[in-house]
Amino acid sequence: MTLPRDPRLWQLAFQAGLLLAGALLRDFSLRWEQVALTLAAALLTQSLWLRALGLAHKGVLSAAITALGLALLLRADSLWVHPLCAVLAISSKFLIRARGKHLFNPANLGVMLGVLLLPGAWFSPGQWGSDVAFAVWFLALGGLVTARASRWDISWAFLFFYFAFTGARALWLGLPPAAWLHAANSGALLLFAFFMISDPMTTPDHRGARLLFAAVVAALAVVWTYGLFRPGGVLWALFLCAPLTPLLDRLLPAPRYAWPGRVTPAAGAGAAGPSAPPAAAGPAASGPGSAPG
Amino acid sequence: MRVKLGRALGVLLGLMWLAPPAGAFCGFYAGKADATLFNEASQVILVRDGRRTVLSLLNDFQGEMTDFALVIPTPQVLQKGQIHVGDKKVFERLDAYSAPRLAEYFDPNPCEPRVMMEMARSATTAAPKATAPRSDAALGVKVEAEYTVGEYDIVILSAEQSNGLETWLHQSGYKIPKGASAALAPYIRQGMKFFVARVNLKEQAKTGYRFLRPIQFAFESERFMLPIRLGMVNAKGPQDLIVYALTRNGRVEASNYRTIKLPADMDIPTFVRGEFASFYKALFREQAEREGLRAVFTEYFWDMGWCDPCAADPLSVEELRAAGVFWVRPGEGGATPQPLPGRPRSRILPPGGGAQPVMLTRLHVRYTPDTFPEDLMFHETADRQNYQARYVLRHPWKGEPNACPEAAAYLAEVQRRQEREAHTLANLTGWPIGDIYQKMQLKPAGGGGAWWEDLWRQ
Repeated sequence: MTLPRDPRLWQLAFQAGLLLAGALLRDFSLRWEQVALTLAAALLTQSLWLRALGLAHKGVLSAAITALGLALLLRADSLWVHPLCAVLAISSKFLIRARGKHLFNPANLGVMLGVLLLPGAWFSPGQWGSDVAFAVWFLALGGLVTARASRWDISWAFLFFYFAFTGARALWLGLPPAAWLHAANSGALLLFAFFMISDPMTTPDHRGARLLFAAVVAALAVVWTYGLFRPGGVLWALFLCAPLTPLLDRLLPAPRYAWPGRVTPAAGAGAAGPSAPPAAAGPAASGPGSAPG
Repeated sequence: MRVKLGRALGVLLGLMWLAPPAGAFCGFYAGKADATLFNEASQVILVRDGRRTVLSLLNDFQGEMTDFALVIPTPQVLQKGQIHVGDKKVFERLDAYSAPRLAEYFDPNPCEPRVMMEMARSATTAAPKATAPRSDAALGVKVEAEYTVGEYDIVILSAEQSNGLETWLHQSGYKIPKGASAALAPYIRQGMKFFVARVNLKEQAKTGYRFLRPIQFAFESERFMLPIRLGMVNAKGPQDLIVYALTRNGRVEASNYRTIKLPADMDIPTFVRGEFASFYKALFREQAEREGLRAVFTEYFWDMGWCDPCAADPLSVEELRAAGVFWVRPGEGGATPQPLPGRPRSRILPPGGGAQPVMLTRLHVRYTPDTFPEDLMFHETADRQNYQARYVLRHPWKGEPNACPEAAAYLAEVQRRQEREAHTLANLTGWPIGDIYQKMQLKPAGGGGAWWEDLWRQ
């Protein structure tokens, strides 16, 4: 038996591990009830929408990933905020679409809506700290997931641009290298690079377009953090840049991403390699059944 | 007869921070003659709503204060009306209100809070102010404004390059710590101005105080931060900073460092009552070192809108305004504070009216230049869950085991509880468990000693 090839399984496993690590080692103020309710809400919303639209039942993994992504990022002092954000996030996959794909990264949108609209919801950009040890783990785990999803390019490109912009700023200001390193080791930044912006379904299909997208998001994040001095630069940048994806897809078309199927003994359709092209199952299939958090 | 550990009025022993506090975290102290000034612990009040910020610095420091000066970067040239010399008392009030505390149950003795803050030594010699000639333009330094406010002579400078600024300060007779110009550079490049305050000894004598009063300024800025890097130039070892953040909507935390709540609400042995100060110092040191001196600790967060019960007298509108909370106005009492659902209304109304829409966060950070390479950036979360660093003493009933049938079981339970308390204390502070047992005069069950000690002893 070989290991599952669907990168979403890896992502799910790592996110669950990160959640545990965060709760136990980094002292997240997260209650297990919030996580459980979020998972339940996400899965329920997913299946309700699929049923309402008469679609094939898939996307359990993606919904779970969105839920864990929300649990990792969002903090609330009540029990209902997380599940509500999960409902909004999953629903957005079905409601806010462009060119056959959903527009917003669901976990990203869920966090934004929570923080902007709901009382008693916030995010803690510093919750992981800037621990070199954690940074190494994030790079390793994240690298594994994105390699599996063949989306390592956008993650590394984003980090490259972000480090370049902040490095240039540090040089211009005369900041000590330790300050730049400290910001570069930020756990939140690395997790974003490997678990959020790497989502194949909400980023451009063409590789060149993806790199451009990464540069724009990095630039906007740097301006947000060091020009406007507000927290959550990367989350805001991705949120604001979401409309760029369909635009870039129109300018630079390329084959759409498809989740690889799991390995099965029978060499049937979509067995050992990437699954059958999503076009076969209709546009809706690639939509809901995707999007890591 | 089983003792009822009913809820007596908990006696709250406030802790006044013990270390001789010495200011200058977001600026540095430059002594005129020689730099024996320490930067140890500092206290800052940071009030923020939107872009409006009021910053208050407590100037407690050690060393010869013949002619002391403070250098702080500010986002703009401040007008005279934006600068104010405040009252030390407001710091003491906030400290008492938010300090880590001990709650005693059963038979508390009233104890007064121990005020341990040292007063700064007053200036003894009136050293003449040296007015060195300065060619400001050549150094790229421009004196934007000069004021005398209270006992301080204030100069606001803009600089083009850090060497020029350092030279200017040198020429004016300030001994700049080595490395200051490197630390100043980032602020200059960002176009910030420098607020330089020194004591006008004549004015200071007129005030009749034996210590320097806090400096406050009000300004608008995008940044919600404290420039602690500049204050690390004088550093001798780790420095402590206590920030009282007063905001309108929620708890404040650092956005570029981890912010952790201290372990709290634990039962600890009763002997700590006589040593609360050293207990807390050990606890903080242990917790900070466990995080490698890389974290910011929350010691207190409270929605001042109500309290049940109130720790000390809540701050009045006048006191809040003295601290810089500009959105509360005298006379506007506001609604009677509402208790949380299900809680009894046993509360003292704050003097002067009703609830105040102010949230107080007390942050305590111990930092070194290595572990805190960036300035502290803050953000206000929407978190309103109250929290305090509170430790609980439970005094057992002192009686004979055969006083009544239940006594033996009770005393055995007390023994177990005290062992747990001892382990909690050891875990919190890093004190050796043996010392703790000794202080408690507790014999661990089993006669003491490790299990192998009398294995081969004859």
